[in-house]
Amino acid sequence: MDIDNKKATRQSYGEALVELGKKNNNIVVLDADLSTATKSNMFKKEFPERFFDMGISEQDMMGTAAGMASCGKIPFASTFAVFAAGRSYDQIRNSICYPKLNVKICGSHSGVTVGEDGATHQMLEDISIMKALPNMTVFSVSDDIETKWAVSEAAKINGPVYIRTCRAKTPVIYNENQEFELGKAVKIGDGTDATIFATGVTVSEAVLAKEELEKQGINVRVVDIHTIKPIDSEMIVKCAKETKKLISIEDHNVIGGLGSSIADVLAEEYPQKLIKMGINDRFGESGTSGELMEKFNLLSVDIINVVKSN
Amino acid sequence: MRVSDDDIRDLERVAVEVRKSVVEEVYLAKSGHPGGALSCVDILVSLYFNQMNINPEKPDDENRDRFILSKGHACAALYAVLAHRGYFDKELLKGFRKLGSPLQGHPDKNKLPGIDMSSGSLGQGLSIANGMALSSKLDSKGFRVYCLVGDGEIQEGQFWEAAMSSSHYKLDNLCLIVDKNNLQIDGRTKDVMNVDPLNKKLESFGFEVFEVDGNNIDEVISVLQKVKTIKGKPCAIIANTVKGKGVSYMENKEEWHGKAPNEEEFNKAIEELKF
Repeated sequence: MDIDNKKATRQSYGEALVELGKKNNNIVVLDADLSTATKSNMFKKEFPERFFDMGISEQDMMGTAAGMASCGKIPFASTFAVFAAGRSYDQIRNSICYPKLNVKICGSHSGVTVGEDGATHQMLEDISIMKALPNMTVFSVSDDIETKWAVSEAAKINGPVYIRTCRAKTPVIYNENQEFELGKAVKIGDGTDATIFATGVTVSEAVLAKEELEKQGINVRVVDIHTIKPIDSEMIVKCAKETKKLISIEDHNVIGGLGSSIADVLAEEYPQKLIKMGINDRFGESGTSGELMEKFNLLSVDIINVVKSN
Repeated sequence: MRVSDDDIRDLERVAVEVRKSVVEEVYLAKSGHPGGALSCVDILVSLYFNQMNINPEKPDDENRDRFILSKGHACAALYAVLAHRGYFDKELLKGFRKLGSPLQGHPDKNKLPGIDMSSGSLGQGLSIANGMALSSKLDSKGFRVYCLVGDGEIQEGQFWEAAMSSSHYKLDNLCLIVDKNNLQIDGRTKDVMNVDPLNKKLESFGFEVFEVDGNNIDEVISVLQKVKTIKGKPCAIIANTVKGKGVSYMENKEEWHGKAPNEEEFNKAIEELKF
């Protein structure tokens, strides 16, 4: 991982949409007046006849996408995660998930790394809400390469998909040849001192922590959980068996997010202690993305401290 | 083209049979929503037996006209109309709202042929109809989309978001029908949360608005024909109806929004429902 080679996953989303649009005429994209921020405007520029701005009305956007999907289109509906999963929850539940319609929802600007806009715009509950819906697949992507895979994979799934992306630029972790599989986590390293389960923006921090710990003679592995649902139970149990300590870290409320998903698996299949790092049941606040990562203990240094503590 | 008096009479006869089925569905289920189902029967019969381009043999034909029952609780009427139209066996109506039945308490598109969209949470149907109408235009398929909403239902904010979109995207293949029976669970719509003047509101949102007696099949059909000639904007039909229409003791009584008749009431209703 080259720490200086950075790109925001929302940017990768926009690029991936354009690629999909070239291959498949049934791809349509909707946005709710945020296309310049979610980067769906890249698709708009390339395929204006297949782009629909619904204005500031997320609920209507989700319903419209559902109607299009029922007629054979593959709609990607994009807006900030807080408005996608929050404002239009009932529409996603009753008009998309219940009828199992082929709608892809992209919640961009997730987590505290949204930064200066503050708590009202920092979505910390979307994983929790979206994974609770039957028929829904949930992706939470960590870098450019993974995002492009997730978008392309989402189009192949016949049913609702939620993709969580971020505003902040994050390091590109993977190279072009990396292979991903739906519901299969990516294991980075084989260290047995600890497993750091991460998702989204925290994956690169976990990788940095791993590299630093290696220098100190502590060997950990990082597990990038890009598919929150269906979760990779097999990998979680394997790591629980093979490593001494289990840690999860996420830019999301620790209630209902990545850590809870892992704890669910452990409780049923291989009871083991899990240390959940993340946002501890509170709202975010204004600040730069970096300042907030520091304040909420989401940095590699925080992971290192937890790995080394007793 | 004017529909003949004989044809209208045949449709009215169908509507009576459908009403009997609605009452029986709710009676056997011991629960359901007879009031709002009975108010929209004549509209549904006009659509499914005369105006919509549909074929019960091919319920998934991609060029078919679409219908969305946004007021999903009125599904006893939709189920009865579909059964009488030949989409499925009328025997299935007896399982309405029962465990294991495809006739769910609110429509499920994946359980029953002929249901174009699941519904139940109010205020969502028009957005879905817009999405279908946009798809029809995008693929130059030319099918039309009909969306039936209740007058209480349009108190939901999403309905007005969707109304803006219908007009913004000039969806002239879309026809909104408001089943205006003036009652909702808590009482008269004008007392609970007034939606009037509805014609002016819809006009100002960019709809071509028509008003009609929604329990008069002759009138409903002629306005549905007129709607097809309007270009460049969506149409809305305000169908003035009577909640509980056809069953004397249910008519205009909000308490019949969501309860089933007992045996005596059921027999009285069946006796009254004659052509």
